[in-house]
This record gives sequence, structure tokens and C-alpha cells, in this order.
Amino acid sequence: MNAPGQLLVLEQCTIRFGGLTAVSKLDLAVSERALVGLIGPNGAGKTTVFNLITGVYQPTEGRILFDGKSIDGKRPYQITEHGIARTFQNIRLFPSLSVFDNVRVAFHLHVLSGIEHALWRGRAFHDEEAAITAQVLEMLAIFKLERFRDTPAKSLPYGDQRRLEIVRALATRPRLLLLDEPAAGMNPTEKVELMSLIRFIQEKYHLSILLVEHDMKVVMGICEHIVVLDYGVKIAEGNPAAIRSNAKVIEAYLGEDSGSGAPNSQSPP
Amino acid sequence: MKRPKTLLALSLALCALVSWAVSFAGRSGHPVNAYFLYVAYDVGISIILAVSLNLINGYTGQFSLGHAGFMAAGAYTAGVLSTHLGPRLIPLLGGDSPFAHSIVFLTALLVGGLAAALTGLLVGVPSLRLKGDYLAIVTLGFGEIIRVILQNTPAVGGSRGYSVAMGYTNLFWTYGFAMITIYVVMAMVHSTYGRGFLAVHDDEVAAEAMGINTTRYKVTAFVTGAFFAGIGGGLYAHSKQFLNPSGFDFIKSIEIVVMVILGGMGNTAGVVLAAIVLTLLPEVLRPIAGYRMVIYSLLLIILMLTCPQGLFASIGSGLRRLLRRKTGVSTSPSTHG
Repeated sequence: MNAPGQLLVLEQCTIRFGGLTAVSKLDLAVSERALVGLIGPNGAGKTTVFNLITGVYQPTEGRILFDGKSIDGKRPYQITEHGIARTFQNIRLFPSLSVFDNVRVAFHLHVLSGIEHALWRGRAFHDEEAAITAQVLEMLAIFKLERFRDTPAKSLPYGDQRRLEIVRALATRPRLLLLDEPAAGMNPTEKVELMSLIRFIQEKYHLSILLVEHDMKVVMGICEHIVVLDYGVKIAEGNPAAIRSNAKVIEAYLGEDSGSGAPNSQSPP
Repeated sequence: MKRPKTLLALSLALCALVSWAVSFAGRSGHPVNAYFLYVAYDVGISIILAVSLNLINGYTGQFSLGHAGFMAAGAYTAGVLSTHLGPRLIPLLGGDSPFAHSIVFLTALLVGGLAAALTGLLVGVPSLRLKGDYLAIVTLGFGEIIRVILQNTPAVGGSRGYSVAMGYTNLFWTYGFAMITIYVVMAMVHSTYGRGFLAVHDDEVAAEAMGINTTRYKVTAFVTGAFFAGIGGGLYAHSKQFLNPSGFDFIKSIEIVVMVILGGMGNTAGVVLAAIVLTLLPEVLRPIAGYRMVIYSLLLIILMLTCPQGLFASIGSGLRRLLRRKTGVSTSPSTHG
């Protein structure tokens, strides 16, 4: 099942919370540099899948392989060390830290000098801090956040907060990026910007991306491969065109008038 | 803070100089009022305790109510060490000289700090799984356990208390260690490594997702904070020369917590200021005797109400507002109102 070029593989993953099976026997693969979408109605288990991959939950059954190595049973910070970064459905920045420090914290994994260097403050420490500052500023410049450098993250406009969360995740230098509803709460213009941003970072940082999203325009627009979940079970998988015409998906999620805008089950009149 | 190490060395030298001047004045027949000296020691010890607790409660956001317990661990260890081992160590160090006594005191303080750090580790590892109020209750419990153990240990006098033979504490040791505490906490926090403490404070889940081992950070903060609480305890032991378990109850912990909150969580300068103010306040209020603690409590309430962001932040923003009003009036007198 672990074919070459597959970065992330979930094999028959199941998780139960008491009597509730949130995800059942899920097989999922994300190949190197692929952009995979994960969709499904509310409560289908999409975020649970993210939490399984990132170690917040442990699978009750099945296993998770990243780059051929088993990562289930590891703690979230260890999984980030392996090269998986994520954003959160409801933004989780460090609200009181400045934009600069939010990104700086994410460089943590690549800091060689620990507590003893911080205390001694020798040349090695200052050199490394200067290098990190330069890299953080470069990233802020790329993503047009440099004018907010010293602003506390909590006072950033909403769209910029979403962007900062992506930048922060990128700063851990992941190979796989998990985006949990990045378009939530955005207006159509912002969504278009987001789509080009996602394409841009995938190109620039040679990433694989797994995307959970409700907005069909976004998902259909950028994903090469889509996996559909319903009640914790994978009901379909394929390219956007195949998903759009899949009878099971239409019944469970997209509704009759599919292919444009949000699925009708998601947007009340 | 461009050159923190130089600043630390300079302030240590200043502490030594002032301390030497005080003892010189004493020897030449013009002693400094002992009351003022002891109040000064209390202020220095409060700074050590408050700044070290600020690393745990303020920067890392782990609400601990057990700081007096760690202080007690350090105080008793250092006191017992200097009282029992001191007389035996001094001949080995070349007899009754200031040098020998300094070595004995420094050893006692450091061992006291390490004992407190070890206690911090033992308390921290199980209890740091908890958050917020729950952690506060558990650390409060542990602090009380330490106190009760001391109260029931006849070897250290039990509830009758324990007399420490030597009054080693002086201005140099007290303020020297206060400077070191401030330096260590500031240097830790002001680094890419140290931003991890603030990240844990802000959002643990997000911190883990950024590759931060939150448990390790929390334990580091706890152990470092406990170490300096132990040092503060050792200084206290050799200043008062008498230790009573009831002096390390949770009221003492709360006093330190109040200094941190009033200073502004995670604001070292503010916490230092609050430690000074809150230690001096009861002394200043001594003349009104019976109503002293009532006034003290009232002032606390007023300070909390008027400076919810912390003493230092409020003074800072107050000054800024004042300056702005002044400059505003002088440049454009027509726009006031």
C-alpha cells in the first residue's frame, strides 16, 4: 500500500469515542507534491482526520505512515518535527505575541542553540538570532505582512490572521501542510486570493497539501484529487470532475445543483 | 538590553561595593540602622521570589500557588546545611575567614536552590498535566504538604521552628542573586528558544503544532522558578535566622502571586517594582499599628482596580497620556476640550 512517492498514508484508520465511530477504516494517501482535498458534510470527521494525522488523537485501529515511517502514537510536536504542519479551523495564533514573534516561535524546531546559549548570549547565539530574524522578515515580506511586524496577532484583520497562520505553519519547514478550512469566513475576493496563495506556496516550498474546505469553488478550483467523507466513511475519491458527477457524493453532500458555490446543505437561504 | 552580560557584571559590582561600604561603616563606628538593612533584605528576597514566580505564572501562564513551598525547601536545606556542616567545613577552608564563610554560604544557598528545584520537578511533572484553576489547587496542595512535612519533622524543630546559626545574608548576596534572577528570566524569555514559554502561555495546542514540547517548557519554567525560590528561601533563612513552617503557608504564596499580578503578568520590570512596593508598604504603614493590614488590603484593592494591567504598564501609559496632553495643549491650544 505504500507506493513510492506517497508521502502520507493512512491505513484502515478507525477512531472511536466511546460508542461513536468518528472515522471508520479510512484509507487515504497523499502523494509527494499533491494537493488533495478532503470534503464532506458537517460532522463527517474531516477535522478528526487532521487530529489523527497530527497526533492530537490516536487511532483506535489502523496505522499512519509518513514518508514510510509510522507516526501514530507520537505527540503533536514530534509529528511537526517529522515535517507535518497544520492550520486550525478556528484560528489559533498566539494572540498576545507580535506577528514577528508568532513566526519566530515556529522557527523553534530549527534553532540549534537552546537554553544555555540564551543564558550565555555568546556569538553563536547572536549569529543564530540574527539569521532567524532575517528569515522571519523575509517570510513576512513574501506574504505582505511586514507592516504588521510588531502588531499583536490578535489585532490583525481576519484575513491577515488566516494568512499569518499559514506563514507560521510554513516556518516549521513542513513537507506536508494541512489546511483546515482556510477559506472560512472569507469574502469572494479573499477566496480568490487564497486560492492563488495556496498554489503559490505549494510551488515555492515544494509542498504536499491536504485541504479541508467547505467552499466547493476553492476545492474544485485547486485540488487535483478529492476525498469525500460522510459519517466517518470514505464514500468517494477521484478528480474534481469525477466527484462532481458521483451519485453518492451528490446525495450526501453536494445536492442537485452542484459544481458552483457552496453546497446547498451548507448555505441556508 | 544591548549588552545584558555587561549590565549584570556591573550591577553585581555595584552590589558588592554598596555591601562593602555598609560593612565598612559598621566597622568604623557608624553602623547603618539594622532595621533598614533587614527591610532591604526583605525587598531583595521579594524581588527574587516574585521574578522567579513570574516565569511560571506570567510568562508561561501556569498558575502556581506553591511558591512558598519551594521557598521553604530552599530555606530549610540551606539553613540546616550551614548550621550543621558549616562548622565542619570552615576548618577545611583554612579557618575562620570571610572567604571560608562565603564559600559555606554560597554552597548552602546553591544546594538549597537545587533542593527546591528537585521539589519543583517532583511537583511539576505530575501536576503540569492540569491547567488553570486545577493546577492552582494542586500546587497549593503540594505547597501545604511541604509545610506540613516540615512541621512534623523533629530533626528541623517541627512546629517549634528551627534556629539558623549564622546570619550570613547581606546586601551583596541578596541583591546579587536578585540581579542574577532577573538576568536569567529575562535572558531566557528574550530568545527564540524563550518565545516558546510565551507561546505555551498563549495557546498550548498551537504551540504543540509548532513543534514545541509544551511539557518540557512547563517543567523547565517550574524547575527554574523553584530553584530561585529556593535561593530566596536560603537568603531568608540566613537573614531571619529562625525558620517556622507556618511562615511558608499559602498566604505567603499568595503574597508572591499578588506581586506578580500587580506588577503585570510577564512584565519583569513591573514585577520588580511591585515586589518593592508591596514589601515596603507594610513597613511604611507600621506607625498606624492596628489598622496596618486593613489599610494595606485597601491599598491593594485600589491598586488592582486602578492598574488592572499591572503597576508598571499603568504608570507607563499614564505618563504617556500626560505627556501627550501636555504636548497637545502646547502645540494646538484651540483643540482642547
